[in-house]
Amino acid sequence: MKLKIIGGLGVLLFILIITGMFTSCQSDEQIEFQRYYSSGSLVYQTHCQNCHGAHGEGLLALIPPLTDSAYLRANKNVLACFVKYGTKGKITIQNKSFEGTMPPNNLSPVEIANVLTYVTNSFGNKLGTINNQQVASDLGKCE
Amino acid sequence: MRKIVAAIAVVLLWNACKSNNNKTLPIYGNRTPVTNVVDGKSETDTIYQTIPPFKFVNQYGDSISNKNVKDKIYVADFFFTSCPSICPIMQRNMLNVYNAFKADDDVKILSYTIDPKHDSVNVLKSYADKLNITGNSWWLLQGKKEETYQLAEKNYLVAVRPDSTVAGGIIHQGYFILVDKKSRLRGAYDGTKPEEVNKLIADIKTLKAETDEKAAK
Repeated sequence: MKLKIIGGLGVLLFILIITGMFTSCQSDEQIEFQRYYSSGSLVYQTHCQNCHGAHGEGLLALIPPLTDSAYLRANKNVLACFVKYGTKGKITIQNKSFEGTMPPNNLSPVEIANVLTYVTNSFGNKLGTINNQQVASDLGKCE
Repeated sequence: MRKIVAAIAVVLLWNACKSNNNKTLPIYGNRTPVTNVVDGKSETDTIYQTIPPFKFVNQYGDSISNKNVKDKIYVADFFFTSCPSICPIMQRNMLNVYNAFKADDDVKILSYTIDPKHDSVNVLKSYADKLNITGNSWWLLQGKKEETYQLAEKNYLVAVRPDSTVAGGIIHQGYFILVDKKSRLRGAYDGTKPEEVNKLIADIKTLKAETDEKAAK
């Protein structure tokens, strides 16, 4: 019994050391990504989750899901405008047509960068970091 | 040690059973004692607050009044289709109530729009379609704005008021109100919280099992 506990603790310690080694070896890009992503998850919970759902699943035919990686990739440079100024009219996501209005969100560029990094790297998406500079430049080109 | 744990477990189980069997939901709202003279003796009875007669139009264009919910248990809430804040999560949670009772003719859902100017019958129907609401268990109701607001605040006890400073222009509380077969208020649940809505589903089942004598106690 005692031996098992000690053995268990040993394994736990080993895992901790290994994780520690990995995290300390993270590159600057990975650290930047982690920072954006974790802040983004909080922005998502406060500003997006009510409509788009905890898993980005949307709401039936009323609110589009955020799981269409192809759409997100193709529109990567206008996502910041969508978040900031909202959207209106028809939109086709995963071969389903949605019509309605997404309200504008009064978020700062860094909050938009955070939330976009979170969304585009959650729910099955993997688009990498969308950083502050990128968002600032995208926002300058909104229609 | 083990004996103590076992004893606690037994007590907990016992209590769990007891509370389930005898559980009745409270009756909310104002109450008025009324004294009647029956067979020469005066008897005091309690009159509970009830939902007064109303008449609205549903998403199919049919007229829906208090007569349609006579002897039915129902859940009421207030929303508007263009609501950007709490409505989507309320609908997401109300869909759980809908799916739990859509085959049960004794349970209805009444969602009153607080923006009747925009939410015409057509708008309500297309909104219902988008949420896969079919049949006659969940009605989206449209009526006169003043009547809706009055019903919300005076009768269902849910605060609703226009406020140009908030997104969507109307501030309102996301409560789901449980009404019993006698039009009395039996519960209010925060429609934005899944755990409260689960409690509502459980309470509807309790209410269905409730007999008149139990409620009177």
